[in-house]
Order: sequence, then structure tokens, then C-alpha cells
Amino acid sequence: MKTEMRREQFQSSSLLGNLLRRLHIDIPLFICLLLTAMLSFVVLYSAGGQEISLLLRQLARIGLAFMLMTVLAHINPNQFKRYSALLFGSGIFLLIAVLVMGQIGKGAQRWLDLGFFRFQPAEMVKITTPMMISWYLAEHSMPPKAKQLLIAGILIIIPTLLIAKQPDLGTAILVASSGAGVLFFAGLSWRFMLSILAVLASLAPIIWHFMREYQRARVITFLNPEADPLGRGYHIIQSKIAIGSGGIYGKGWLGSKQSELEFLPESSTDFIFAVFAEEFGLFGCVGLLILYLLIIGRCLYIAAQAQNTYNRLLASSLGFTFFVYVFVNIGMVIGVLPVVGVPLPLISYGGTSIVTLFAGFGILMSIHTHRKLLPI
Amino acid sequence: MSRTAYSIKDDLVENRLFINRVVTAFTIITVLTLVLVVRLIYLQIVGHEHYASLAKENSIKIVPLVPTRGMIYDRHGKVLAENTPSYSLELVPEQIPDLEDTLHRLQKLLTISDEKIESFQKQRKRQKRFNSTPLLIGMNQEELAKFAVVRPYFPGVDIRTQLIRHYPYGDLAAHVIGYVGRINEAELKELPIAEYRGSTHIGKIGIEGSYETELHGKTGYAEIETNVQARPLNTLHEVDPLPGANLYLTLDIGLQKMAYDALDIYNGAVVAIDIKTGGVLVFASRPGFDPNPFVVGIANSAYQALQTSESQPLYNRALRGLYPPGSTIKPFIALAGLEYNTINAKQKLFCPGYYQLPNVSHRYRDWKKGGHGAVDMDQAITQSCDVYFYRLAASLGIDHMHDFLQQFGFGEKTGIDLVGEKAGLLPSREWKLNQRNQAWYPGETLITGIGQGYHQITPLQLAKATATLANRGKIVHPHLLDKIVSGTNFGPELETGAAVIPLKPANIDTIISGMVNVVHSAYGTAKGINRNIDYQIAGKTGTAQVFNIKQNAKYNENEIDFKLRDNALFISFAPAHDPKIAVAVVVEHGGHGGSVAAPIAGQVIKEYLKTGHEN
Repeated sequence: MKTEMRREQFQSSSLLGNLLRRLHIDIPLFICLLLTAMLSFVVLYSAGGQEISLLLRQLARIGLAFMLMTVLAHINPNQFKRYSALLFGSGIFLLIAVLVMGQIGKGAQRWLDLGFFRFQPAEMVKITTPMMISWYLAEHSMPPKAKQLLIAGILIIIPTLLIAKQPDLGTAILVASSGAGVLFFAGLSWRFMLSILAVLASLAPIIWHFMREYQRARVITFLNPEADPLGRGYHIIQSKIAIGSGGIYGKGWLGSKQSELEFLPESSTDFIFAVFAEEFGLFGCVGLLILYLLIIGRCLYIAAQAQNTYNRLLASSLGFTFFVYVFVNIGMVIGVLPVVGVPLPLISYGGTSIVTLFAGFGILMSIHTHRKLLPI
Repeated sequence: MSRTAYSIKDDLVENRLFINRVVTAFTIITVLTLVLVVRLIYLQIVGHEHYASLAKENSIKIVPLVPTRGMIYDRHGKVLAENTPSYSLELVPEQIPDLEDTLHRLQKLLTISDEKIESFQKQRKRQKRFNSTPLLIGMNQEELAKFAVVRPYFPGVDIRTQLIRHYPYGDLAAHVIGYVGRINEAELKELPIAEYRGSTHIGKIGIEGSYETELHGKTGYAEIETNVQARPLNTLHEVDPLPGANLYLTLDIGLQKMAYDALDIYNGAVVAIDIKTGGVLVFASRPGFDPNPFVVGIANSAYQALQTSESQPLYNRALRGLYPPGSTIKPFIALAGLEYNTINAKQKLFCPGYYQLPNVSHRYRDWKKGGHGAVDMDQAITQSCDVYFYRLAASLGIDHMHDFLQQFGFGEKTGIDLVGEKAGLLPSREWKLNQRNQAWYPGETLITGIGQGYHQITPLQLAKATATLANRGKIVHPHLLDKIVSGTNFGPELETGAAVIPLKPANIDTIISGMVNVVHSAYGTAKGINRNIDYQIAGKTGTAQVFNIKQNAKYNENEIDFKLRDNALFISFAPAHDPKIAVAVVVEHGGHGGSVAAPIAGQVIKEYLKTGHEN
């Protein structure tokens, strides 16, 4: 009965709604994304020194991202499931290829140059890792048993280490949490999670040993940024000044003094939140956080509505990873987390990360719009 | 699939578990978001006044104070790298009433090209109006004088002095000293940010690169009070920068010039080492290049020209050039023969002009058609008899040769304080199996015995091995840094282990006297350099094939294309019985070692031992 009514609702919706549904677009998610993207242009115009070419490049990227999202939304989620292992495998292969080429070419290497465009395998892995783990766990009953956890753990650690070795700590964290997210939603027992945390805590000294000098410096500066005003502390101190000086109402659009005076480094990429907070104040920040919460909430709602285990796990993990994005970036900019190179999702300039994010939303929309409206 | 086996109840349990997790996750996410909000409230409400006062009104800006880069001197205190003032004409747009007019008048006065005006305009638009923007960089004396006269008529236009790195010897020692250049993005990532905030240049190669940390110094900073527009008002507090340390090299620039000039039209390398200390006296690679344009940013076309030049001036031949050692390897092979008791120095071997392995038709030829007749070791070294060494190599075997030569550092980096050193290649059975997946052939043992085949050395490596031989087996570690002079004096960390190759003194004496005869006997292959000296030089010539000549084909060096001509090599040390200096020379396509390479070494040795160069 309920589904009948829903179907009627769908049929009686407006022409535009009908069109969007045909396109397999989820309207609430679509509206939130559109709002955020528009906000991105507003902030970028100010943070990027009012340069139109910067906006045009971002526009091209977002346009491409929207297109990719639409294409992916059309694909039946069963197809994603079917090719999960293959996609994951190719992602790992490309990561190794990049590492090997990097060894030959000296220094950090994240790109695979395909001649006509440059491709960052780590970005692909951000999506293929949760796909793989969801696929693997969906073959078994929930919650996962110890053996499945072990295998899933290994599947997560391989791409994480490969990316951390690039070295790209930010992306490694995102990939690890996308996999861990799947485990959480699969019903990992709380006791197990606590013991993992305990093990990680005891591993900390060992991880410290393997960190690069500059990564260690970031952790040290995080603990006491003022001690190194010219070096690592510079970012945090300047961004705290920018945010704090914004106050409740902010200095208004284009009112950012800190970024204009070039006090604030990376003001249009990783540290763009500081510009936003300076110009739009606490109100703006809370508004943006609410917008993010709406997106995450919609993702989790889609996950809850999904009709099989694979779809549920993948959808919820994608939503969760989006939150990790937001939390790690803002946490870093406002000085509650160490400085790791993670952009503010949908707002920061550049990076293929924006395309990857929209690809994730495309998968979410595919999951939601391909549901079979049959009575249970 | 087994999914059908699950009961509906299982599905319901799974479903409930999942919904449970989704709710939990959203709760956690909300709580964490609230943490962010609390922090934002702390910054934007509680801390607002504090941060606003830092940002608005008169805020404090931290400005890095860049230290002066340390100088580089040679062993006699001659300046190899210095900081010279460079004058640039800079404009502060805010202080100029009519910018267009000012630019027009300046263009007329100093004949500035339109391009420069254009690039100035571009740069100006990217900066604040009160910032100084350069119009002319590297002004000459005439331009300075012209402007000085009319300066009062140009408010807002001024001359700024800046220190830029300068290398007075140009191409002479560019490969050793290296150069500084603008910091690129890749370097920026690896550099300590605090130390390099404000620095624009970094040592790229050579000593400038190896001792970057010492030369750079420690960056200081000033806390400057600024107003809303970040206009500096006054300085509150300063931490002075610590200037970079001055480096003294073991290099002797006079001697370096002599070697470099002696190479003349040839491409090649000369390395001379002070045997007692391991200090490198000469480290010449010709052709060189002028490092000065790299400091200000070399023009793309000029760089392309250097890159594509056939003589490869950017290529550090002394450090990275790989050459077959040719006959310069013979004293080492002879010593191996004595040490392994494979041969007696007095024993004579017959040289008919060629050597054949049992049951093989291939003839391994001697350089002298018709052969040397019966020769003992002394004659074999003096006349560089190939057949003697074919036979010696055949009895020694590749394993003994490899193990013995390895002790002198062949096939290994010397560990000199320059980056990018090549290790060369010392062939062995194991190497060939791993790299080529082939067994070692007896014929390859023979040609290794005369320094042909797979064996590859760098000129530096050859000089080190020669110095170690002269030092009677006590291993010499070549290095370029003599001392670092800064607030706290400290020298380089030298490898003091002073490992010694166990060699019998009598055997060393035999080899050295053979090498002395190369220079001082009537039949010696390098007898041309023994004039006007009151001490003895020990040496060995080498002529290494660049390509293979067909069996029985005639080789006439005058008819042959220059690029296919043999490489000429020479190793030497002097005085023979109290050695002070060891020299290795490699001349690409020089032809005979005795006629081209030996005179270069001779000049360097004579100049060094004359007087005044030792200390």
C-alpha cells in the first residue's frame, strides 16, 4: 500500500522532477550539492584574489564532475557490485605503477601521465576500496566473522600503505576510513573496535618511527604551533587569526584581510575554510556545517533505504567518508587536528578530488534511483 | 549463491543491525560536528577580540631575515664563490604621481626595452601599491650613474642592492663548486620551511649542493608592527640571522686551471689527489660551463644549447664519466699476480704479438705488431705488453682479479663529498650471471687483464686507486672539503679508519719501479715527461678502445674518424719514493695515452711539486 502511494506521488510530481528522475538524479542530494558548488564559487572568487580564470577552471571541473555523476547514476548498482574486485585490483596495480615510476623519476609521484591527461590513481582507490570491502562482506552474513575481518583489514591496509608511501598522508587517511567505515556499518562489534584502537595507540611509537621528517614536524607543530612561527606553525597561527577575527558575523564577502594580504597560505586550496570563516563568521560556518550534515544525512538515508547489503554498505561508507573529509579539513584549519593535506570537500579549488567526490554521489544516486518499488 | 539459504529472520536481524549502525554513525557525526562548532565559538566569540587585534589595526607581522650565504675558497684562500652586490631599479607605484610618464621618461633615459616595461606592468598588477617592484635587474655602472644624476626628479623610484652569488672562475671548476639556483617546487616540499622562508636560492649541485646546510646559515626573523594594509611601521623585536659558514676546499684553483687548460681542445677529465690527506687538488672536467647564468635563471634557449651540445658540458666527466681503464689497470693486475704468487717478477714470458687460448682460433692481439719478444714484469709494464698480461690474466683467473681490484675501490663509489657519483663497474662471474644471465667466458678474463671489456672506471676512481697504490696499500679517501669556518670551527668528518690493503713491500717496490721506468726508461711509453725534474714520476699509460677493430683489420689513427679514436689515459704519482700527489687523466678520443694524457699529468705534477702549492 505504502509503495503504491509513493509511486503515485512520483507520477504526479512536476515536469522538472520527472526529468530529474529520468536522469536518475536524487533531488534533495542534487540540490544540496548544487548549493555547495555555488558557495564554492563565491568563496573562491574572494580567496583566489578575484581571478576569473580560476573560477572558470573550477567551473570546468565541476561541470565534468556533474557529468560523471549523472553517468554513474544511470548505471545499475549491480554492475558496480559485479566489477568491484576488478576495479579495486586495477586501482592497486596503478598505485604500484605510480610508485615504481616515482622511484625512477625521483621524489614524490602521485600522477600517472596518460599523455592527454594526468590521472591520480589514489583518487580512484578512494571509491574502489569501499566497493571492494562492501562486495567482499556482502557475500557473507552480517556481522562479519573474524576471518572476514582479517581479510577485509588486509584489503584496506594495502592501498593505504601504498598511498602513504607516495607520500600522501591525507588521501591515505581517507582511504583507510572509507574501508573502516564499511566495517563499522557491517556491524563490527564495539569490543573489537575498542581493542583495535588500543592496538593502534600502542603502535603509535612504531608509526612515528616510519614517518617522514616533515610529517613528524607537522605533529610536533600541531602540539605547539607558536614555537615555530616561521615554519609549520605559520599556517595554523595565520588561519586561527583569520577565523577568530571573523567573529560572529564575519567581515562580509571579499572582506578577508588575511588572505588578501597573503598572510594566509594555500588560501584557495586546503585552507579555504579560514577565508570562509573570516568573511562569513560563525553564522556562515554553522550554516556550512549544516549543509554538510544535510548531505551526509541524505547519504545515510539512501543507505538505510537500500535494498541489499552491498548497496547499504557502500552507500553508508561513502557518506561517512565525506564526513571524514569535512572533519579532517576543518579540524586542521581550526587547529584541533594536525595539518594533513585534505581539501575542504566541494569548496576547495582544484584537485581531481572534486571529480571523485561527485563520482561517489553518482553511485549513491544510482543506488537510490534503481530501487525496485515492490512490496516487501 | 548461498544467500537464498538465509531466512527472512536473518535479513531482518541484519537490517535492524544496519539501521542501528546508521543511527549511531549519524549521532557520532553530529557530536563531532558540534565539537567543531564549539571550537569555532571559542575562536570567533571568546577569542574574537584577541584575534581581531592581531589581524586588524596594528598587527604584528613576522618577517624572515635571510642569512648571507657562506663563501667558498680554495686551499690558498682564493675565492671560488662569493656574494656580489647587484643593483636593481625599483618602483613603488604608490609614491609615483604619474606612473605612465615616469616609465616613459625612464625608458628614454636608460633605453629600456618594451618587453621589460610590459613584464614590470604585469608584476605590478599582482602586488600591493606600496610594494617595491623591480624594473631593471643587474644594472651596470653606466646605468647607475645616469640614474643617480636625475634621481630627485623621480620620486618613488630607487636603486635596491641585493647580494647575488657569483663564481669568478666561471667554467673552470663549475662541476666541483656547482651553483645555486631558484628553489623549485619539488625542493620546497623537502626543505625545512622555517629555515627557507625568505630564501630564494638553494645549492643545486657540486659543493653548493653537498654543503647546503652549512653554507645557508640560520634564518632569523623580525617582528614588525604593521597597519591595516600591512604597511610596516616599526620593528619590535629581531632575532639576527646566523650567516652561513665559509668553506675551504682542498682544491687548488691554480692547478685546476693548469689541468683544464692542458686538456685544451679535448673532452676529458683530470683528477689529482693529495696522497697524504686524500684532499682533491684538481677535479677538472672539460668542457665546463659558466655557472653564473644559472644563479639568475638561465634563459631557456641557452639551457637547451647546453643540454643538446654534443660535447655535453653539463656532464661531470670526473665524477660520472665511465671509461674502460685500458692499460692503466696493468700495474694493479701485475701486483695481483705477485700477491697471489701466480708469477715471479723476474720470470720472462714470450710475446709473439698475439695470444691464443687453447683450441680457439681467435687471436688476442698485442698493440705492437710483431710483439715484444721475451719480457719480464718490469718490461711488460714499461712497454705495456698486452700478451704478458693476457697470459697473466689467464693464470690469475677472473675471481682473483675481481677480488684484488675491488680492494682498490674499483666498481665502488669513492664516497667523495659530491652528489651523483657513479660506481663504475668491476666485472665478475657473479655480476655477469645476475645482469646478463650468462656464464663468464675465458676470453673475457683476458681482455679484463688489459683493462678492456666490461670494466668501467670513473676518473675519480682511477685517481683514488692510484693514490692508494702510491700510499702502499693504505686506502686514500678523496674529499674536497678542507675545513669549515664559522662561529664554531669544525672540520669535515673524514673517514679515519685508514684501512690498509695487506701487500708485501717488495711487491709494491717492483710495481713502482716498473711505473718509474714507464716515465724514465728509454723504452717507457711516457718518457716524454721526464725532463727538468730532480725527482722521479711513476706512471702508466693507457689507450682504451672505444670500438672494436675487426680481426686482422689495419688500424690507422690518422684515417679514422675522430669520434672513433681511442681514449687516452694516464695514471701517475710523484715523487715516486715519497709520493705526495696522484694524478689520473682521461682524454676522450685523445689517441695514445703517452702522447696526449701523460703530458697533462706531467704539467700538473711539476707545477704542484715546484713550490708553494703544498701545505
